[in-house]
Amino acid sequence: MKLPTSGCLLIAAFLLLFSPILQAEDLLMARVAATFPESMLKLQTVLKKNGQKLSRVQRVDIGLTKSGFKTDKYRIVFFGRPEEVRQISDQYPMLIPYLPHKIAIFAEEDETLLVAPNPEHLFVSDDPKLKAIIKRWHDDLVKIFHDMRED
Amino acid sequence: MFIRTLLLLVVTQLIAATPLMAKSGEALFRQHCAACHGYDGSGGVGVPLTLPDFQYSVTDDYLRTTIRLGRPGRVMPAFPSLTDDDITQLVKYIRGWSYGKPYNYPDKPISGDVKHGEKLYMQYCAACHGQHGEGGQGTGVTFSRPRNLPIIAPALNNPGFLKAASDQFIKEALMNGRDGTPMISYRKHGLSEQDINDIVVYVRSFENIPLPLEQQPVESVEATMVFDSPYDLETTIKNIKEAAVGNNFRLIREQSLDYGLVEPEKENTKQRIVYFCNFSTLNKALAIDPRVGLFLPCRITAVEKNGKVKVYAINPKRLSSLFNNAELNKLCNEMSETYLSIIEDATL
Repeated sequence: MKLPTSGCLLIAAFLLLFSPILQAEDLLMARVAATFPESMLKLQTVLKKNGQKLSRVQRVDIGLTKSGFKTDKYRIVFFGRPEEVRQISDQYPMLIPYLPHKIAIFAEEDETLLVAPNPEHLFVSDDPKLKAIIKRWHDDLVKIFHDMRED
Repeated sequence: MFIRTLLLLVVTQLIAATPLMAKSGEALFRQHCAACHGYDGSGGVGVPLTLPDFQYSVTDDYLRTTIRLGRPGRVMPAFPSLTDDDITQLVKYIRGWSYGKPYNYPDKPISGDVKHGEKLYMQYCAACHGQHGEGGQGTGVTFSRPRNLPIIAPALNNPGFLKAASDQFIKEALMNGRDGTPMISYRKHGLSEQDINDIVVYVRSFENIPLPLEQQPVESVEATMVFDSPYDLETTIKNIKEAAVGNNFRLIREQSLDYGLVEPEKENTKQRIVYFCNFSTLNKALAIDPRVGLFLPCRITAVEKNGKVKVYAINPKRLSSLFNNAELNKLCNEMSETYLSIIEDATL
């Protein structure tokens, strides 16, 4: 008995549907067992490896220690895919305030923490195209954080 | 051929899924917990899990319920998607930091005088745990607080805590205190066992009192605020800047949306961002939750399309709901009002 290609795809889709669910947190977070400068460098490499372009880095920490905080290493890293930013801002302007994407990165003693909002929890939509975009953002962030955790 | 193809797909899928299903406690801890509690469990944004007295005093059920339900409004998220087996693996891993067996609590509810318990609670407990059991302010032990500072007093009115902690668990904490934390033994401090039972009954009564407004879950709101501007793009940008300054913010920069992503000459000058900041609010927010960088810097984007100008901003109320931090919700409600005020000033 020969199974048509569409049949194979159907079964594959069915099996994938029942794959274990991985992430459900509202905030995506990763701890990197490396100092802040090392993690900053690594983040830039990981972003590039994942097809993202760095837009800019914003310092948040000027004067933090003077205000009584125990670290002065805190940055916001803005990034995105240029073509995607152009298309999405045109088709889904309500996403504009969340573009380019950002990751907050800050030191915690000799380690570094990274935080980003989980797009799937931030945006709720019935539009299949928008849902696909949000899922892709989520998957991109999960992959970036995974790569950051890896040695 | 069909059977072979089907079998191949099933086997491939099972192989792919097996490591996920059989994920070790360590792998689960690294994925879900280490960011806040540290790889070695020494704490960070989250409380330390390695304190000998913590390990001794909490039961496996307490840990299990805490992981499953979290602490609504107190940073620790719930993990509804973890399987029971995942949670068992996590508890086993956390128990790896234990020096011996945990305390074995008698399975017996406690009775006492709730009125007397309230009086004693206000006298001995409220200073650290709050008048309504809302707990100490702030989060975690690092970033804004050095690691050698004591952990923050837990919220005793928290539904997650009340589900996880048995009466005997609360009584034991009052009787013996918690080494390595500011919680002292109230038995040694002069309270009788009946006094302590009365306090336990009062703490348990928090279950019947609605949570204060700021601790209640955030209403669901849109993630983005959108307004029409009756002005052209340049005037709208100028108005946004003036309104931000008028609302006690300092201007940081202005740029196009695709700045840094495309060549400067290819930037879309019809999509412009104005960044601004109030450093006093920033420090206040960072002290409440070090992860608030995700809100920063404050920004409003003005976009011209087909001759019309619209103004966009994040809704801090919506973003705040992701943090599970009631203290932050309050500040973000204020921030939403401020954004609204700036945008209204700029577009009216």
